Amino acid sequence: MFLRVLSISAILCAGLCPTSSYSQTIKVGEIGSMTGSEATFGISTHQGIELAIKEQNAKGGVKGKKLELINVDNQGKPEEAAIGTTKLITQDKVIAVLGEVASSRSLAMAPIAQKNKIPMISPSSTNPKVTTIGDYIFRVCFIDPFQGEVMAKFAAETLKVKKVAILRDVKSDYSLGLSDYFKAAFVKGGGEIVVDQTYSSGDVDFNSQLTSIRSKKPEVIFIPGYYTEVGLIAKQARKLGIKVPLLGGDGWDSTKLYEIGGKSLNNSYFSNHYSKDDQAPSVQTFVKNYEAAYKATPDGLAAMGYDAALVLIAAMEKTKNLTPKEIRDAIASTKDFSAVTGKISIDDKRNARKPAVDLEVKDGKFLYKSTVSP
Amino acid sequence: MIRSQSPQHLVLGDMAEFIQYIINGLSQGGTYALIALGYTMVFGILQLINFAHGEVYMLGAFAGYYTSNFVLSHQLNGKINALMNGAADQSTTASAIVTGVCIIVVAMVICALIGFLVERLAYRPLRGAPRINLLITAVGVSLFFQYSGQLLFGSDPKAFPDLFENLEPWTIGSDDNILYIEPLKVFVFATAILLMLILRHVIFNTRLGRAMRAVSFNHDLASLMGIPTDRIIAATFMMGSALAGAAGVMVAMTYPKVEPLMGSMPGLKAFCAAVLGGIGNVTGAVLGSFILGLAEALLSGYGTPTYKDALAFAILILILLFKPSGILGVHRTEKV
Repeated sequence: MFLRVLSISAILCAGLCPTSSYSQTIKVGEIGSMTGSEATFGISTHQGIELAIKEQNAKGGVKGKKLELINVDNQGKPEEAAIGTTKLITQDKVIAVLGEVASSRSLAMAPIAQKNKIPMISPSSTNPKVTTIGDYIFRVCFIDPFQGEVMAKFAAETLKVKKVAILRDVKSDYSLGLSDYFKAAFVKGGGEIVVDQTYSSGDVDFNSQLTSIRSKKPEVIFIPGYYTEVGLIAKQARKLGIKVPLLGGDGWDSTKLYEIGGKSLNNSYFSNHYSKDDQAPSVQTFVKNYEAAYKATPDGLAAMGYDAALVLIAAMEKTKNLTPKEIRDAIASTKDFSAVTGKISIDDKRNARKPAVDLEVKDGKFLYKSTVSP
Repeated sequence: MIRSQSPQHLVLGDMAEFIQYIINGLSQGGTYALIALGYTMVFGILQLINFAHGEVYMLGAFAGYYTSNFVLSHQLNGKINALMNGAADQSTTASAIVTGVCIIVVAMVICALIGFLVERLAYRPLRGAPRINLLITAVGVSLFFQYSGQLLFGSDPKAFPDLFENLEPWTIGSDDNILYIEPLKVFVFATAILLMLILRHVIFNTRLGRAMRAVSFNHDLASLMGIPTDRIIAATFMMGSALAGAAGVMVAMTYPKVEPLMGSMPGLKAFCAAVLGGIGNVTGAVLGSFILGLAEALLSGYGTPTYKDALAFAILILILLFKPSGILGVHRTEKV
């Protein structure tokens, strides 16, 4: 009996051990909203990450091993993002996780990555809470206190307005956070928030909120939501005779914005991570390679995905044995790393300090207005 | 809130704001009414709450989406226009309306077919079974459409093409007292009322309607009287589904976003509206929908929009507690 058990386990080991003890590739996990109402976020980010990994593999990979990207779709739902993270870490045994765009979903993923001590880099979640979950959670984008300040400044100094209305999404951590930071910065600068209205993502009718906003006569409406709702809101606002400019954040960055909102979005502005019209060589090379690979213009989220992957790859190369702990330490020590969206330095709160750009929406194009440094 | 207007002005401005909420509420109620009509009709005849109704509405919106893209990409709207006026560039609004109506009709036909198939494949085999089996099947059909819709169409929202881009909203008054009315919403509102009247006529003044009422009254007895009950039930389903299809396209025209899960929330709300008005009663469904639409608009405007979705269900609970038969419903004793 004992012999039989021994021989079976020997056979099992012979069959299984080689694949599990030294795998041929380095597995990197990615969680994104490939479908759902923020699908373009996931798709753009995925293509950015994929491009970076392909380019690295073409150069021979990391430490002689090819990188393998395992992508999980969360359908735009925080609970799916959490399930996906658990799957990537426990079943696929990835050594790092990239994602998510939306802060609500990054917040669902972070505790799981932290518990398993697997480094996670969010390409573009801007809510400050994300990286406070633990020391394995990083981001390569700016955070909302800065983004709110940028837009408040833009409203006060460029548009020269005093009275602003806010329309925020109560279901989104991103939207709630950004509204608060905008409000604080704008009021501090001497402005007035005449009305602060709410909606829930998934709504299609915003006429009542907009009617209430219209009666308070704001000079600008700040809508820090995601593109699907923003497109509908813009359309309904114009049909209710609201002609004032609309302002938003990086959640607007999608080609779908114009498909849904159309001409109603003219005379609107939002802050973003980068502009494809930036003439810096790093940006133009990235735009050229991305367009060649995907026949599409990279939006800000594609650039952020690319940068998140670059930071991770650079960190991996600095390690000795590619353990998650070493990778974490290497990411934490990232300093003045040249990426597409600017120089990335990870601070002691695991956030990146980076400039933001203001863009104007005009006939479906995002025109570059100015760059604001922190 | 400090306002710089004169007191008299302030009152008028507030009045205009209030009237604008009423307009918003009526137009929202119109969209609920279109869905609730089909719901209530199927319930009235079969005593079946067809939870898949919201999904038929979604399929109608998608049928409209693909049809209008087809029309626009083949520039059939220009041809329709040419047929109408003899010249391609005359009166684009009129041609847009004709195109819109054609798209609605196509979606209605497709949805009627879907309704027929659903009844034939899912509900008819359960005809003699306890009602709870039918109810659970309805939930199953609903989920089936939601998820196969995600497979088939993809789950990202699609932008419904804007056929009425040049249609400016009508305005009444000026400055502070200005009201905006969207022609498309008036169209939705009018269609809801018109369809209600047509349904009432069909149910109370035609042979088909009499047969429907007979089946509703007593299924077995009706079949003994020589009424082809299966055919009547199939016809009821097809009519209800066609209504859902029309609703889907019209809502997609006003709120240009279509996605596979778009039917669940409006479907549930329309159900609440139908119960509020008295389920099984065509006039009640429309009345309940307008009440719900108004309540939501006023809550969003003066209270907090966060609880807008909860409102419908709060009303449902209250009505079930205090007047289960609804506003216009007649109390029916359960036969054991």
